[in-house]
Amino acid sequence: MKTAAYLCGGCGIAEQLDTARLAAIAEREGKVDLVREHPFLCSAEGVQAIREGIDKDGATHVMLAACSRRAKTEAFYFPDVAVARANLREGVVWIQEKGEAAQEMADDYVRMACAELKRMQVPKAGPDTGKSKRVLVVGGGISGLTAALEAAEAGYEALIVEKEAALGGWAARLHRRIPERAPFKDPAETGVPALVDAVTRNSRIKLQLGTTVAQTAGAPGRFRVTLSNGRTEEVGAIVQASGFSLYDAARLAEFSYGKSPDIVDQAGLEALAKKSIPIRRPSDNKEVKQVVFVQCAGQRDDSGKHLPYCSGHCCATSMKQAMYFKDANPAVDTVVIYTDLRVPGNGEDFYRSAQAKGVTFTKGKVSAVEADGAVKFRDLILDEDTQIKADLVVLATGQVPNSGVNIDNPDEPDANGAKPISILNLEYRQGSDLPRLAHGFSDSHFICFPYETRRTGIYTAGPVRRPMDIAQAVEDATGAALKAIQATENAALGRAAHPRSGDLSFPLVRLDGCTQCKRCTVECPFGAIDEDEKRYPVFNESRCRRCSTCMGACPVRVISFENYSVDSVGAQIKAVGIPDETEEKPRILILACENDAYPALDMAGLQRVKYSAAVRVIPVRCLGSVNQVWVTDALNAGYDGIMLLGCKHGDDYQCHFVRGSALAAERMSKIDDTLKQLALENERVITCEAAITDIARLPRLIDEYAQTIERIGLSPLKGFA
Amino acid sequence: MRDIATSQTILVVGGGVSGMTAALEAAECGKQVLLVEKSPTLGGRTALLYRYFPKLCHPTCGLEINLRRLKGNRNVRVMTMAEVVRVEGRRGDYSVTLRVAPRFVNENCTACGACAEAVGAEIPNPWNYNLNRMKAAYLPHAMAYPQRYVLDASIAGTPDAEKARTACKYGAIDLEMKEQTLTVSAGAVVWATGWKPYDAAKIQPYGYGRYANVITSVEFERLADPHGPTGGRIVRPSDGKEAKNIAFIQCAGSRDENHLRHCSRICCMASLKHTQFVREAYGEAARSTIYYIDIRAIDRFEDFYRKVRADRTVKFVKSKPARIAEDRASGDVVLHGVDTEGYHRYAAQHDLAVLAIGMETAVPLPQDAEVFPAGCAADALDVNRSVQSSTAAALRAIQVVNRAARAES
Repeated sequence: MKTAAYLCGGCGIAEQLDTARLAAIAEREGKVDLVREHPFLCSAEGVQAIREGIDKDGATHVMLAACSRRAKTEAFYFPDVAVARANLREGVVWIQEKGEAAQEMADDYVRMACAELKRMQVPKAGPDTGKSKRVLVVGGGISGLTAALEAAEAGYEALIVEKEAALGGWAARLHRRIPERAPFKDPAETGVPALVDAVTRNSRIKLQLGTTVAQTAGAPGRFRVTLSNGRTEEVGAIVQASGFSLYDAARLAEFSYGKSPDIVDQAGLEALAKKSIPIRRPSDNKEVKQVVFVQCAGQRDDSGKHLPYCSGHCCATSMKQAMYFKDANPAVDTVVIYTDLRVPGNGEDFYRSAQAKGVTFTKGKVSAVEADGAVKFRDLILDEDTQIKADLVVLATGQVPNSGVNIDNPDEPDANGAKPISILNLEYRQGSDLPRLAHGFSDSHFICFPYETRRTGIYTAGPVRRPMDIAQAVEDATGAALKAIQATENAALGRAAHPRSGDLSFPLVRLDGCTQCKRCTVECPFGAIDEDEKRYPVFNESRCRRCSTCMGACPVRVISFENYSVDSVGAQIKAVGIPDETEEKPRILILACENDAYPALDMAGLQRVKYSAAVRVIPVRCLGSVNQVWVTDALNAGYDGIMLLGCKHGDDYQCHFVRGSALAAERMSKIDDTLKQLALENERVITCEAAITDIARLPRLIDEYAQTIERIGLSPLKGFA
Repeated sequence: MRDIATSQTILVVGGGVSGMTAALEAAECGKQVLLVEKSPTLGGRTALLYRYFPKLCHPTCGLEINLRRLKGNRNVRVMTMAEVVRVEGRRGDYSVTLRVAPRFVNENCTACGACAEAVGAEIPNPWNYNLNRMKAAYLPHAMAYPQRYVLDASIAGTPDAEKARTACKYGAIDLEMKEQTLTVSAGAVVWATGWKPYDAAKIQPYGYGRYANVITSVEFERLADPHGPTGGRIVRPSDGKEAKNIAFIQCAGSRDENHLRHCSRICCMASLKHTQFVREAYGEAARSTIYYIDIRAIDRFEDFYRKVRADRTVKFVKSKPARIAEDRASGDVVLHGVDTEGYHRYAAQHDLAVLAIGMETAVPLPQDAEVFPAGCAADALDVNRSVQSSTAAALRAIQVVNRAARAES
């Protein structure tokens, strides 16, 4: 290891700080081999000087005391060496007046960066990453067929496993589909035969029909999948396109489904249309003259008995089905009873077309359908109870996702009351299927990142992810195919997937110190860690997202990353010069989420919002990575207060590692015991939720906390360290 | 400049959430990407939103992740202030002409802000939908990337420009910069040019532009944002009075043969979200009324709709208001129309009317060459579905460059 420190004097640093003193600290206390000052470090000359330090002087570890690690990333790009950055600009001179307090802050940031630097290594990709780039697609409906074909078109091999004997899924049972091209006027061909043909003829796609997945083990790049027919296949990533089941209309007793063959669900109507146009009613084979469509049958339900959500496609589906009648015989009376017609985007043109064809739309809420076809409803426009007599009634029931077993409650039946059957049969410590979000769907919680499931390399697509129509399922499956391909490419290079994309570090574990407590295996938000037969953790690095929640969980501190470890942060905490009790200078440690709280503080700097000089901020990968020892060490070292700044948790969580900030809050709720043992006040450690927009709020919170510390006084532990 | 891109390069046009997604997803598959953006910063319209529905989380949170992905990935090259003038060629072999506007600030800029302090001229702030003014030397917003100031072309050649140049210690102000035209090669083109709000003044009966207290939903978003022109205070433009009683009018320009034929998809959800901003600001004193045709809260957005319906400060009226008038004395807006549930005529007075403005394609697709549309260039989409769309577009682009590569080898 050869260390070098470069201190920038630009952006007010040299005007406000004694940079010679900082250089001396780097040299004497930080014990850095080579220390250089530069007036404008991010300039071409400054960057050249650093490059020479690396290339000519052989620096392997470079400390940059300049701006925030988020700034000037293009100039300060040295992937071949370990880099630590002391944030003197956004962290000191932009938030402080010139003076000794600011200088002490800067002194500490230089000490901290020097300490961190020596405990970092340039990450080298993991040794045991798989090389398979093949994509397994579970499900041979439109979503699965699309995912496989799109992956194949990009040059990747795909394997489709379909439980039925034929491909095509629900779409194959449709007479026509909702149009997806201008002029959006008429029902369109389903396109299923052509898609099946393209898939069947593609040499990169293999098919396993009448087959299910019996077991899935391994990790991205090296999944080992055993099929129900006994075959074993190696794949690099998985697209789960297991589709939906129709909500069982028989559960809607008030709609008399099952009591008359002339009351059907939307799938039943498609079957009738496939049989004959004009459509004939099942009971007597007479041509239908009066059909009523009941929207939201067992959907958007407030009672808690049926589906609470909207399946999105059913309004347009009923329009399409009404056209089956109208296009054949305009004299057929078609009535759609709805509360809100939901045909977003160009669906509006399809709606117009239905109106032009004479389909009647009635805003109303259906209370009952009698077996004789009487549809009773509240007309919401006329504000009265009324009824229509129909010779065929179509119930628009919703989509129930085929998402397998709820891993949090494995015996829970699905919305149709069916016993859950696992789709993937994952040999994972945390359960056999993908975690769910809401209502049984395995969607991601992230608006910006819809594909981020909690099982790396396994992506859901189509209605198993959220309710959707065919057009959306095709887009969704294409996107999922990209994510699957990307997962295989990442795995082959030992690179992390989203959100720490490209991170080459991976968890290193010292098993001889492990006490088999299982916290890491239980708490990993991504189910990346299994247990061996002796109950030691088994890390699957290509499943790992590098959030370091395991590192935060480990009570014996045997888990670390090459560039982020209990030691690399611990050393920074210890490097801060804690003034003794006579100096009346409090020191507050802030551990801040690097995605939200830390950028917010940076932006506070950019806007020159001032805040307390008592704080020393360390960015952490996630609050979930915060190990308790950092807190106890800091208290023992004489810090007067500790603030943990992380993302919102709970139902609308914003933690990009899903569980990190929630776990941190849980762990910190137990910190009171530690404080009691140390005979310290509860206020010495606080956890705050922070958002990236808290540019004004965080400085305020910090100042309030500094006042709290002033009020309760300096830590009694000062000087004992 | 031709060498910055080859037939193996994927050109992504537009640096909003869709373009950034397409660029990053392709780059993280190992592809070379050139991302061009017309404005001085990435982030697009989502960076101008206060919160997303239905989580009420902050758009810049996802932007930060995407920027970090970008900063760490050398497969993407970003050009800002660059506009596509012409796309020629076909899949696997495009020639694209770009016009790059002068920023007058080079890469030496440290974002220290000395130039903005020195400059006196002010211009309307497009990042606040022109609701306030900003210095003519500016950083678009706190999350701007590249983090580099811009000198507005309007001060080029004026003493202000010289003041900015003198104030900069880092030689970052370059007043000699000229507009440049250059041609690049690409194997595939993803068109992610996004959307723009429909011109509200065209909806004549609603009085936008005539009545100060009729604003659009995108403007309302800026009012609610603590970093917006009012510091997050929901006040009305005419007199700065707190706007507690607000009308949210759906389908302003959408689902209308005279304006946009399509449903813009996001507006119902945006207004539902906006009622929660009002509630957050004024608690039980808030009065939000949503005038709607159909509330289109599909899939699990229904949960959010249910939550808002349960909020006593929010009222729903099934009606497309016929017109808006102004009460001169109070400055209030008066909505006239018929509540179709029961057919009651109303003349409803509100502090402020917010038009849930429709979504219009910002830039038409190129005429002469086939490109892959992504996000709102493809359809009226919300953020989630834009990301879905642009991830799919990235794969379609990869298919083309991979095919070209296979053909060459």
